[in-house]
Amino acid sequence: MYMDFIPNTDADRQQMLQAIGVQTVDDLLKVVPESVRHPSLKLPEPLTEMELMSELRAMAEQNADAQHFAFFLGAGAYNHYVPAAISQLLLRSEFYTAYTPYQPEISQGTLQSAFEFQSMICSLTGMEVTNSSMYDGATALAEAALMAVAATRRNRVVISGSVNPEYRAVLNGYMQSRGVKVVASSVTREGDRIMEDALEPILDDQSACCIVQQPNFLGGLSDLTAIADRIHEVGGLFIISSDPISLGMLKTPGEWGADIAVGEGQGLGNSMSFGGPYLGILACKERLIRQMPGRLVGATKDAKGRRGFVLTMQAREQHIRREKATSNICTSEQLLALGAAIYMSLMGPVGMRKVAQLCYDKAHYAAANVAAIAGYRLLDSGPYFNEFVLECPLPPAEVNRELLKRKMIGGYDLAAFGPSLNGCMLMCATENNSRGQIDGLASALGEIAASRGGVK
Amino acid sequence: MTEPLLSEISRPGRVGHHLPESDVPTAKQPLPACLLREKLELPEVSENEVVRHFVHLSNLNYGLDTGFYPLGSCTMKYNPKVSEEIARWPGFSAIHPYQPEESVQGALRLMFELQQLLGEISGLRSVSLQPAAGAHGELTGMLMIRAYHESRGDRKRTKVLIPDSAHGTNPATATMCGYSTVPVRSDARGNVDLEALRTLVDGETAALMLTMPNTLGLFDENMLSISETVHGRGALMYGDGANLNALLGVAKPGDLGFDVMHINLHKTFATPHGGGGPGAGPVVARETLAAFLPVPYVVKTADGRYSLDCGERDSIGQVRSFYGSFGVLVRAYAYIRALGGQGLRKVGENAILNANYLRTRLQGAYEVPYPRPCMHEFVLSGSRQKALGVRTLDIAKRLIDYGFHPPTVYFPLIVEEAMMVEPTETESRESLDAFADALLAIAREVEENPEVVKAAPTNTVVGRLDETAAARQPQLHW
Repeated sequence: MYMDFIPNTDADRQQMLQAIGVQTVDDLLKVVPESVRHPSLKLPEPLTEMELMSELRAMAEQNADAQHFAFFLGAGAYNHYVPAAISQLLLRSEFYTAYTPYQPEISQGTLQSAFEFQSMICSLTGMEVTNSSMYDGATALAEAALMAVAATRRNRVVISGSVNPEYRAVLNGYMQSRGVKVVASSVTREGDRIMEDALEPILDDQSACCIVQQPNFLGGLSDLTAIADRIHEVGGLFIISSDPISLGMLKTPGEWGADIAVGEGQGLGNSMSFGGPYLGILACKERLIRQMPGRLVGATKDAKGRRGFVLTMQAREQHIRREKATSNICTSEQLLALGAAIYMSLMGPVGMRKVAQLCYDKAHYAAANVAAIAGYRLLDSGPYFNEFVLECPLPPAEVNRELLKRKMIGGYDLAAFGPSLNGCMLMCATENNSRGQIDGLASALGEIAASRGGVK
Repeated sequence: MTEPLLSEISRPGRVGHHLPESDVPTAKQPLPACLLREKLELPEVSENEVVRHFVHLSNLNYGLDTGFYPLGSCTMKYNPKVSEEIARWPGFSAIHPYQPEESVQGALRLMFELQQLLGEISGLRSVSLQPAAGAHGELTGMLMIRAYHESRGDRKRTKVLIPDSAHGTNPATATMCGYSTVPVRSDARGNVDLEALRTLVDGETAALMLTMPNTLGLFDENMLSISETVHGRGALMYGDGANLNALLGVAKPGDLGFDVMHINLHKTFATPHGGGGPGAGPVVARETLAAFLPVPYVVKTADGRYSLDCGERDSIGQVRSFYGSFGVLVRAYAYIRALGGQGLRKVGENAILNANYLRTRLQGAYEVPYPRPCMHEFVLSGSRQKALGVRTLDIAKRLIDYGFHPPTVYFPLIVEEAMMVEPTETESRESLDAFADALLAIAREVEENPEVVKAAPTNTVVGRLDETAAARQPQLHW
């Protein structure tokens, strides 16, 4: 016995075949060349629900999860608290088993919640319009660059070296086949300081856009006024990638003068889920709307004057424009956008500010404590939000291995970011880290350093 | 009744979620004011109100769990509840993509095994789980094809051939990869016009993008000749896997001549569509294209451990952050393991049987433009009804009054007033009969009382909405 979710019995099938006027299903398949028809499938034996549960539980239990381990890892995916109401509401199968809302009369649930998501994202980012979501933060950034290329008809994209390296990799892939040149500033280390080359000198009148990240990949914050002015002076667009949780307190992309704001929305009520599915945010100035990729939901009325919501401005999209579309994207991350909408409405303005403040305070408390341990050094990249760079007395991978034994997940090994940060890790704290966890981290780091002969 | 917006429910001072007070001292250095935002306007709503609001909204939605959802090319099959439970376990949902590999061996093993399973099912054994959706898989696969030609120094291949029945994502993807697109017409039997193809494919052709079965629900009668023709000129076969459900246990895309294709896990492998995402669009490819796969992917080391590998220097790089829609991968893996080879073999046949049964029941009342056995879906034309002044859109809306989700309409573009019906294997004969009865009743209404069809839907929260006004004066937020 096993599950195949096929309700029809052999008797049903016989009656159906008879109605069709054939003897067997194979009579319907004569068009498939016999040489390739009914291949062997070497797959495992089927399982009942109980067997499946027990096999997968064994796999799940091999993973160290945030309910049982203390997490100090961020770098683009964050361990935030997800209120119970979100998880419960996302189990409404009227939401999760629906397709794209092609029939608005029976999809107002998806459409109105998407409209509410768009409204709250506009408010959070300080932007004029937003779509109903992209695949993730990285592809949102790459699509924003494509928008800039289309809007300015220029073929040069300038990006800060302190943008998430994965986002830069995705950007390169998206630009290469389009023949767009990507120029990046470099990030270097001088003693205890992390320095980024100024972007202004490499911005010219061939630049379609300038892309920065705030807080940047290393957690740092900077005054973006001069960059915004310079890119606008040369006629390009200003694109800011940000963590929406940080926008509970930080100056918004809109206030910095961004033309397009992008970001990874996972932290807004969605789980880390080993890196996906995630939620790409893409918001922009109203004048760029026709270059915008993805789905847009708008308000309108029916013949009786009742308000309703529809997918709109579809003339930008692939199913209408085909090879002339703004992008090939044909979906959104609607269920995650719904999670984010519920999150923002539960938090409200007070909660959003408070989450950001808790992240900020806990990270600064953690930084002060770990920096005081012999052998560890805090690198200075100016003001920061909830992530900071810590130089370790032994390789970060070894530190993390030791932390794992103590039921802690340490920071991101910055060797991957560039050789100048070899031996450093990017540490993160969120509202989920209690003082006890942070104190535990500090003493564990102390032990680890001491057990290996300590200070370099 | 329509539901008010959150902004309309909002009252100053209401709170939906209380966070704990900070247990650490406030940071000594506050941020400079120039880095801080000014106002933040969001709804202020209590938890009870938030919950009721979204439950009310859910009641305005029609999901697969509500009823029959025969949306052509979307494979709206039942989404097993066991997968939903499993994917939410903290061991899968509360893990971070950058954790040490030794702390996520279960997750990596699941990904590795899913790579193997998809390789066996498709007959294309080099697999990337990274792409986030079907169209994203297309982009990945086409970038791989581009990299393949370039690695051979073959730079004159600038165009991609695409049948006129193809999804819009195909030409849009080709453009994103820097190719020009050339449409290939279909013949009178719904096949790719083989003569036209032979004329069009040449030394400048990078690939043919082909959906099989095609969007008419038909298996091409010249399938193997198409592959031979394309390969004969050094071009590659890209498979759009949107309709893979029909091929489960029936044929392997690799045996049909496809070199690289994407697989929509949210269609064939029963993961829910989420109201428009999240999906997952893994790419499978022939060994000759393995070097170009996105990185990282999961390998099994000699000592039996699972590890992320970024090895290949010819890789097209990364197409999204991290490793893919992991939560979706978990559900698809659970589905494949539940059915096993035995169960999967039944899927294709039962999907095909259901579609042919429904087609047989409807062919008297509606025009069937390609009257031959279909695969997992079929296309009807509302041309007879149009002659009586009723459009396919009206018929679709009338189906809502009968309690059904309408089929895909006005696609494929090559069929006038198209209705594309895909029942899937998870529907019972009774459910197919009820839908057929409704469409037959509507066909009679078109003849006897067309106004009732044109006025539909009547029992929904809103009637037909003014989409022209929505596009002309976009109101995209409150």
